[in-house]
Amino acid sequence: MNLAAFPSAEAAVGIGVSWLALGALSLLESERARFITRLVFPASALISFVLAAVSLSAVGTPAQTFVLPLGLPDLPFHVRLDSLSALFLFLLGICSLGINIYASGYFRGEAAGKLKLLTLQYHCFLASMAFVLLADDAYMFMVAWETMALASYFLVITEHRQSAIRRAGFIYVLLAHIGAISILLCFGVLQDGGFEGYSFDALRGVELTPFWASVAFLLALTGFGAKAGMIPLHIWLPEAHPAAPSPVSALMSGVMLKTAIYALIRVTFDLIGSPLWQWGLLVAVIGALTALFGILYALQQNDLKRLLAYSSVENIGVILIGLGLAMIFFAAGHPEAGALGLIAALYHALNHGVYKSLLFLGAGSVLHSTGIRSLNEMGGLIHRMPHVAFYFLIGALAISALPPLNGFASEWLIFQTALQAGQLGNGVLRSVVPLLAAMLALAAALTARCFVKAFGIAFLGQPRGKVAALAQGEGHEHLDAGVCERLGMAWLAIWCVLLGIFPSTVVGVINEVCIAVTGAGLPRSALGAGVLWLVPSTQAQASYGPIVFLIVIAAVVLVTYVAVRGAFHGRIRRAPPWDCGYPEQTARMQDSSEGFGQSIRVIFAPIFRISRRVPGPDDLQPKFEVQVEDKHWHGLYLPVARAIDYLSSKVGLLQQGRISIYLLYSFITLIALLVFAQ
Amino acid sequence: MIDWAGIAFQILQSVFVVLAAPLLLGWVNQCRAWLQNRRGPGVLRPYFMLWRLFHKEAVIAHHASVLFRATPYVLFGCMWLAAGIVPVLATDLPFAFAADIIALVGIFALARVFIALAAMDIGTSFGGIGARREMLIGFLAEPAMLMTLFTAAFLSGSTALTTIVEALAHREFAIHPSLACAAVAFLMVLLAENARIPVDNPATHLELTMIHEAMILEYSARHLALVEWAAAIKLFAYMTIGVALFAPWGIAEGSDWGALPVAIAAAALKLALAGAGLAALETVSAKFRVFRAPEFLGTAFLLAVLGMLVYFLTNA
Repeated sequence: MNLAAFPSAEAAVGIGVSWLALGALSLLESERARFITRLVFPASALISFVLAAVSLSAVGTPAQTFVLPLGLPDLPFHVRLDSLSALFLFLLGICSLGINIYASGYFRGEAAGKLKLLTLQYHCFLASMAFVLLADDAYMFMVAWETMALASYFLVITEHRQSAIRRAGFIYVLLAHIGAISILLCFGVLQDGGFEGYSFDALRGVELTPFWASVAFLLALTGFGAKAGMIPLHIWLPEAHPAAPSPVSALMSGVMLKTAIYALIRVTFDLIGSPLWQWGLLVAVIGALTALFGILYALQQNDLKRLLAYSSVENIGVILIGLGLAMIFFAAGHPEAGALGLIAALYHALNHGVYKSLLFLGAGSVLHSTGIRSLNEMGGLIHRMPHVAFYFLIGALAISALPPLNGFASEWLIFQTALQAGQLGNGVLRSVVPLLAAMLALAAALTARCFVKAFGIAFLGQPRGKVAALAQGEGHEHLDAGVCERLGMAWLAIWCVLLGIFPSTVVGVINEVCIAVTGAGLPRSALGAGVLWLVPSTQAQASYGPIVFLIVIAAVVLVTYVAVRGAFHGRIRRAPPWDCGYPEQTARMQDSSEGFGQSIRVIFAPIFRISRRVPGPDDLQPKFEVQVEDKHWHGLYLPVARAIDYLSSKVGLLQQGRISIYLLYSFITLIALLVFAQ
Repeated sequence: MIDWAGIAFQILQSVFVVLAAPLLLGWVNQCRAWLQNRRGPGVLRPYFMLWRLFHKEAVIAHHASVLFRATPYVLFGCMWLAAGIVPVLATDLPFAFAADIIALVGIFALARVFIALAAMDIGTSFGGIGARREMLIGFLAEPAMLMTLFTAAFLSGSTALTTIVEALAHREFAIHPSLACAAVAFLMVLLAENARIPVDNPATHLELTMIHEAMILEYSARHLALVEWAAAIKLFAYMTIGVALFAPWGIAEGSDWGALPVAIAAAALKLALAGAGLAALETVSAKFRVFRAPEFLGTAFLLAVLGMLVYFLTNA
């Protein structure tokens, strides 16, 4: 079949429309929730699969465009499917496939009435993400973007009876709109005074002066950064992601944040065209700070889903470092190094989508079957839910950037990009780029600690608090996830492994995207090394072969196991834990979630806002409390909110409620105007 | 075209490292005993200990999970791979393409995460605190190690360890300021990563400040043997990385069988000296409080970054 002739763009739009139709269909059935869980979500998963297949086949083919006769008169929707859109649609496809399968198990047992609305919003959310990626004019883009924000807002406030969740939704929608205004202004600046229409083709044609290009870029960075969770605009993310039902959290963290990355790349590399190095430096520095802040805050969280949300902030930072490096190198005239950075960023976006979805689903299964969010109430879940523990472990290893899983491959590429710093002529850049690599290394190592904490405290050890109580009660065999939930997680876990051990294939595909966006790609020597080796330029310079890596470790483990068992014996005796001979061991003596964060609090104390309550020596009911809050909240948002409150109270003085006073205002205004008009 | 000579070299070197690693550990312990006016247990003691442990019956806590039992094997596998990648005798190592310096740090991180998780598996107070401290050491030592290696990578224009060693072995005999900073940082990382004084004390047990020992308290018999052996290989690998980066002379380049005896002699001599040096260092210093360890490693990190910046400022 000739792939180039296949109408992928039309097919992708059809997929978006059929998601909308599925959502509407779920409204028809009024009585049974089974219809939705058994039919709608599996059908939706099938659509995801088609989307993944169609978009993967479209990577590397010429862009396809067509015009949808919808929208306002004279302003039809322009649709375009090029390699960049296709890559992100592929991400949407594979993530939503796993999440949909999972959701068909997860939502069983929900009341039909609530589930109907949720299903409609869920599918609107999916479809609007697809349309954001397909839009080829500012008008359709903004419509899809706002639909995405609103659909996800309603999903976030599913449990709207809790005031904390309503508050989370409010903060989310507030920042989403600040971002949207910024994006709208950005598109306005890109018009550069004239009006050639809203289509991206027209915007591409406009030549901006460096000043106006920078203004447009800053507006885009603010707008899309607010959606992506870049500091200091990340504040909504740790509130909104945990509030939503887990499959929705997975979609928001795994895919929705990536649409912002997509849009940033689209505007910077495609619409504006030639980035300046100052932008790259700004993006990379913000990225490094985001990565570090994100993971340090993640380490302080006790709520598993909040921890995952903060870790998303960290990963967005890592992606931004890659993007920033790409901009720096492209601007400095080193397209090969720039391409490497862009590929690394795109690769990391793909990876983060997969493993973060997986981790949110794992956390969802725990929440679903135990009702527990706090790490300090968990423990020993590996015995109760072995399947969930296994998939969560894969996700945790992948996100900790451990070889041979996928997170390592993309961070490796970012390090390789940073190591090209020697090519740069500018002395400042040459010393800043390695510093960024140092910060990335620190963030990556902290991630490992964070996920040792998350997995270790939730799944290992002895059951604490509520889990221990559950173990005593009825039905504790059924704690593990159901078949659908397991299948959904298994699908994502397989991608974590596949993306990790075939990095050269992945890089080959993303390289096509990079060529389509920037016109530059990796050197030929990089791509010819074969499927075994991931090589950024030449093999003598650097290479990484995860398959060899995996085979050697697996072979050694196997041989050692057989040899040790064969040469000696395999006898095992079970006994109580040794623990240096202390006989009294209770679950409360284990390290807690706060305990794991304690040394971080001490070392990085200035970063946090910590309030402690330490009991005195003569306290009869001693209680130790520590609370860590986001400094941005108190340092930035509350002062701004207070200033706005203050200003509005001053403006409110004008409002007296007496007609004579208002008439006086009119009179004064008239006099003033008459004076000025002269 | 399969490079059979290279693969032979590769396997030979891996086996050599795995077998020789306990000897180095024995040598360090023996030197330390001499420096402390003790007779010492002899350099072969670690082998006897491994042999004895392999014969014992494994005692495992009631609620230990699969993860706990699998970890010693994973550790051993990781360290074996590390032993295959670090050029000890020769630089022609086909496996070395599987992992450059960044991936090497990744291997050590993988091993660290697994042992920390295994330590938390039983749910004892010591296990948890050991895991927490190990990850504390880890998140500071890992970036410092990466920065040290990046300095060498910038000097030689490559992150492949074999290429770095070949490039550094041919430089003129002069002190590069950037490498000097990196060397000091590397030494500090080596001490921390291998649970040596002043960060941890390998000789201690039942002490509230222990780190590595706290994590492996619940292991016994063959599992403990594998963990200890893996630790010995790790020390060996770190020492050889140090030797390869900062004193690479004498290593056999390519698969030159003729140069092998010289290479073995050179490696043995350098490692014996390094081991004695480590023992001396451990004898004259005292263990830090746990909370001084971050300062120690923070210094290492800053030194390593400084070394890298010095390279960019002076190009040397």
